[in-house]
Amino acid sequence: MKNFSGNILFLDRSDINTDEIIPAKYLTEISKQALKPYLLEDLKLVGFDPQRDIDGKQVILTRANFGCGSSREHAPWALEVNGIHLVIGENFARIFRQNMFNCGMMAVELPDSIIDSIFRKFAGQNTYLETDLDKNTFILTAQGLSQEVPFSISEFDRSLVASGGWVEYADRKY
Amino acid sequence: MGCFMGKTIAEKIFDAHRVDNPSEDVHVIRLDAVFCHEITTPIAINDLVDRGKDRVFDPGKIKVVIDHVTPAKDSKTAMQGKILRDWARRHNIPDFFDIGRNGICHALFPEMGFVRPGFTVIMGDSHTCTHGAFGAFAAGVGTTDLEVGILKGVCAFHYPSTIRIDITGRMPEGVFAKDVILFIIHQLGVNGATNKVLEFTGPVVDAMSMESRMTLCNMAVEAGGTSGICYPDMTTVEYLWKFTKDDYADKASALDHFKTFHSDPGARYDRVLEFDVSRLEPMVTFGFKPDQVMPVREMASTRIDQVYIGSCTNGRIEDLRVAAQVLSGKKISDSIRGIVSPATPEAFRLAMEEGLLKIFLDAGFCVTNPTCGACLGMSNGVLAEGEVCAATTNRNFNGRMGKGGMVHLVSPATAAASAIAGTIVNSELYKGSS
Repeated sequence: MKNFSGNILFLDRSDINTDEIIPAKYLTEISKQALKPYLLEDLKLVGFDPQRDIDGKQVILTRANFGCGSSREHAPWALEVNGIHLVIGENFARIFRQNMFNCGMMAVELPDSIIDSIFRKFAGQNTYLETDLDKNTFILTAQGLSQEVPFSISEFDRSLVASGGWVEYADRKY
Repeated sequence: MGCFMGKTIAEKIFDAHRVDNPSEDVHVIRLDAVFCHEITTPIAINDLVDRGKDRVFDPGKIKVVIDHVTPAKDSKTAMQGKILRDWARRHNIPDFFDIGRNGICHALFPEMGFVRPGFTVIMGDSHTCTHGAFGAFAAGVGTTDLEVGILKGVCAFHYPSTIRIDITGRMPEGVFAKDVILFIIHQLGVNGATNKVLEFTGPVVDAMSMESRMTLCNMAVEAGGTSGICYPDMTTVEYLWKFTKDDYADKASALDHFKTFHSDPGARYDRVLEFDVSRLEPMVTFGFKPDQVMPVREMASTRIDQVYIGSCTNGRIEDLRVAAQVLSGKKISDSIRGIVSPATPEAFRLAMEEGLLKIFLDAGFCVTNPTCGACLGMSNGVLAEGEVCAATTNRNFNGRMGKGGMVHLVSPATAAASAIAGTIVNSELYKGSS
């Protein structure tokens, strides 16, 4: 199973689309590793610098409809090769969410009030998130701050994460 | 189930295709068609080879095309084409469309009769929702879902919840399906139909051609929708007749069968919305999200550098006819680069036979071969930083047609008129609202 704990990259915007996550001009690559330098290259977000802000982050916290637009699985792959296996948001575009779990990664939804309180409390600080998959809990810590946040994922999504993705699961079963 | 409960089309299709229900919310369905192109399929192919599972569930149900960058523009795109071509040959996939016979997947495959009412279709491409125009459930998926589709002929979805959109009133002259769908996306928002099927019904849809219905369904995903869907009717029967005539005694019996793929009167919907289009104007996007939409009238005189007519949204023969009608006998502005890309070889051939290509060339347009190319900034019309394009495509995302470029989505009529004016304007086909 992949690692789902680490430092948070705060992306305080809704509707971040897959063209922003990985521009189409890089879709001619046929290795996932080649996508590494281009993650979030075209993201429109004031103050965000992909060269400076992505390194050392393993978790993304964002708002609504992350991953909308294209079906490209290159978006989860670009996250994966940068060591980011968990995205937390209010909700996700359907194809992006499915692609994450199909790759054994997680896209976890939290209520917008919780997301908002996390942004207000932690954004701008170095924040570490620990994922406890047995207790279905995130534990966020920053200088002098700590918060426990419960989450839920479906049994099917959990089995995809546990079995390392959809291909092996489906080939065994169907 | 104890009592009869009406079903939507999407529910009927799911219930007829279900092979498993691994957890309460997840339904695994059998696929009637798996479509493949050279951008998202090669990585699936390589992964299948690496896993020792280089097999296909049914070569006759897999349809393959090279469409995104064709002819290849460099070594990388040549290799993507080669991986797809070699794979199609090695598995004896009969329907593989290479240079000279290739066109944009969502225009070519319907034209070939590969989509029928009641079908389930997936492709590693978000605009797969287009094929719902035939009364099918058609959804874009990622490479892993595509890989499993190729290998096993199944895909997992949540049970479909549907938003029905009744389109009523009378379409004003010079207003087109593109204007209608831009308006609907504006009303729903880019997240308004996430995880929902968008069912388009009502007298305006009933009167639309298959091409217009495909334009409607094509952009369902821009509101987050899983599949667009229209009720199959006599227009659908006529469009598919050359492929289905041996399956039915006559068109009336084909229609009877197609009508089984209509929603029941008692079907339950997530929401039902009605839009009266009688006073709708030609629409255009601003900003970087497809729900940022306003009437063209309010954006008039916005400077543009390029006009692009094509794509899976608006590159079909009907679109070329409208654009040519606007351009006939006119020249485009000296400041504009005009590019038109017929979506399929058939659209290209008809445009040639009907004299449309001459109109485009005389007006100063460049006519390209069928390809997705410029729509996603891969080839054949990429924008430079700071440039602006009026395009008949489907996404105005930041950088979509080239880093730092700006895209305004419009109908083919508005695109053609804007090419002549050099700024975004209404076409003469639009006479104003009555």
